[in-house]
Amino acid sequence: MLHSPVDRVAEATPHAMAKRFRGLSDRSLAWLFVTPSIVLLLAVNIFPLIWTIRLSFTNFRVNRPNAEVAFVGLKNYVSILSDKDIWLTMQATAHFLIWTLVLQVLIGFSLAYLINKKFRGNDLWTTIIVLPMMLSPAVVGNFWTFLYQPQIGLFNYAVGFLTGADPSSFSMIGDVSLAPWAIVIVDTWMWTPFVMLICLAGLRSIPDSIYEAAECDRASKWRQFWTITIPLVLPFLMLAVLFRGIENFKMFDLVVQLTGGGPGSITELTSINLKREAFEKWRTGYASAYAVILFVTVFGLASIYVKALNKVKQR
Amino acid sequence: MTFRHVRSLAAFGAVLAAGVAATSQASAKDLTLCWAAWDPANALVELSKDFEAKSGVKMKFEFVPWPNFADRMLNELNSGGKLCDLMIGDSQWIGGAAENGQYVKLNDFFDKEGIKMDDFIPATVVGYAEWPKNSPNYWALPAFGDVVGWSYRKDWFARPELQAEFKQKYGRDLAVPKTFAELKDIAEFFQKREIDGKTVYGAAIYTERGSEGITMGVMDVLYSYGFQYENPDKPYELDGYVNSAKAVQGLEFYKQLYDCCTPPGHSDAYMSEDIDAYKSGQVALHMNFAFTWPGINADANVGGDKSGYFPNPAGPDGKAFAQLGGQGISVVSASEKKDDALAYIKWFAQPEIQQKWWQMGGYSALRKVVEDPGFATSQPYAQTFLDSMAIVKDFWAEPSYASLLQAAQKRFHDYVVAGQGSAQDALDGLAKDWTQVFDDEGKY
Repeated sequence: MLHSPVDRVAEATPHAMAKRFRGLSDRSLAWLFVTPSIVLLLAVNIFPLIWTIRLSFTNFRVNRPNAEVAFVGLKNYVSILSDKDIWLTMQATAHFLIWTLVLQVLIGFSLAYLINKKFRGNDLWTTIIVLPMMLSPAVVGNFWTFLYQPQIGLFNYAVGFLTGADPSSFSMIGDVSLAPWAIVIVDTWMWTPFVMLICLAGLRSIPDSIYEAAECDRASKWRQFWTITIPLVLPFLMLAVLFRGIENFKMFDLVVQLTGGGPGSITELTSINLKREAFEKWRTGYASAYAVILFVTVFGLASIYVKALNKVKQR
Repeated sequence: MTFRHVRSLAAFGAVLAAGVAATSQASAKDLTLCWAAWDPANALVELSKDFEAKSGVKMKFEFVPWPNFADRMLNELNSGGKLCDLMIGDSQWIGGAAENGQYVKLNDFFDKEGIKMDDFIPATVVGYAEWPKNSPNYWALPAFGDVVGWSYRKDWFARPELQAEFKQKYGRDLAVPKTFAELKDIAEFFQKREIDGKTVYGAAIYTERGSEGITMGVMDVLYSYGFQYENPDKPYELDGYVNSAKAVQGLEFYKQLYDCCTPPGHSDAYMSEDIDAYKSGQVALHMNFAFTWPGINADANVGGDKSGYFPNPAGPDGKAFAQLGGQGISVVSASEKKDDALAYIKWFAQPEIQQKWWQMGGYSALRKVVEDPGFATSQPYAQTFLDSMAIVKDFWAEPSYASLLQAAQKRFHDYVVAGQGSAQDALDGLAKDWTQVFDDEGKY
């Protein structure tokens, strides 16, 4: 009788191959297979992380190969955390992150709830709704800059048509008060389908029998929604928030394409600011410290969130 | 291992060896030139066919669009990449490239080949070739002279009804502006005016945030208003020069020009956005580098007699300066084909090639070409090019230029486009940022 997966794999392994590896224990064989992946992971993930941490304590600049590299202790970290401009980029990132999450969760869940109902053309609508997330962010950013164009943009025209305002009287990506919302709108348009899909998976995983039992108990639709649908979809919803939160914390391409961080520095998110420090100003040591701070922030927040997610799942 | 295995391995080895040999043979006969992706680069491709025919070396080109040009090419230089044998790099890179050994020093080569820097427009030698500035240490051959200037709708200016209305309003003829104040009057006059049933606007100016756009635009005005980078008697002393009262006045003027007279949504515009605005007939005045002028002249919509050209007008004190553009051609130190690269520069420096370069749309920096009696009348914009090249100033070319540029981009865009703080705040902040950069560099 075969007990473990290893036994089953051994049984399934062709005789010729088994002969070739004769003399190796199962453990050695396992290491043999796993080692390339571990080496690759160390080379492209762990080593750069350690190297980045090391560089973050130096004044190294990659464009000065001949300059002496000095250990500067915590200087980079102190100057980053006391830099007013960096806190402004953090604020811009927080604004973007919070509003995109709120809107995507609300709209994504609503769409999933509607799509989950049986109606004619359900599949077609699902396909149409998920189209934006299949596009490249660079393409999306590019065509939204045209949509936002004050003279020829459809977005401005639509707003003008609905409100009576002159379409060329406002610039979504050139106005300080509108630009932060311009990037929120585009990201919401692009990524709400992703949240919708995850919510849809959650909704479809709820057995009909629960609702039938609730019907027998004469629970209203409203009560079913709050006591069955929401609690059972919540883990899925939280997962979607986790994915989108991490993605949007490091948002770069879409915003660069749309506003380039402007006007001024209003939409300069941390990732754009970090890129400027690392690859335009070439302050490698400083940028490494900046990256470490962002990594710790994302990792810390994600860890807390995952713990909360697990608690919700266990309930 | 069976004989069959040995035989197939040998065959594979032979094929591989043949491939490697063929590759190395091919690479010895080609040369890669890196530059920005723009009209002059296309002209250079055509021009280089002569070099290919004469030398037997196949020219390959790596052209990168302007917004990504610096990122891409500086990455290449910093990483010691071998992609580029020849680099037509921005003038601001020269300090870093020289000090970090990324470009080959060309003095000995110039001496050996009889190439004299006195034969080139002095401003281009200082701007594109020398490091340290004003010292006879050459790292490039001036390849493409460029400078910021203006094109305008000559046909609109010539309309009698507009002439009359302008004269009545401003008490002078609607003509090429002599001062920036006059330029603003003209831009205001055209702003949101109906011409041929279409709403037009005053001026397309540089406002781009991501790379260098707004700085290249603002500096034109600042220079003419009296801005200085540093104390002329004490290098790197910035306070009181960068943020002088005249500089503040210049920056305020640029913001006024942006607020009053640019087309809607002109908040992130550089060379291509400005040229699009002009060629599509949206604006009366158009700030841009001279490289755009041949394209304007040939354009079906705004070309020929419809457009005129003028250099930067003067500031309040009657002084006019213009931001230098353009590039020199350098040999990349990491290249394994330096001899062929030097042969290309030798070929490119020849007066007849430089003459041909000008005819094809490239702005030659060779004095023999530009001082030719027929040059000024050879194209409608040729005289403006000469006048503009005579008043150039350039941005910092220090090894830390990127940090200096990014600080300027942020301060200028924050004030001019985002409207945050005052001009004084912006320039005080800029002086502080630049001082910090130089302090980090150990200049104090």
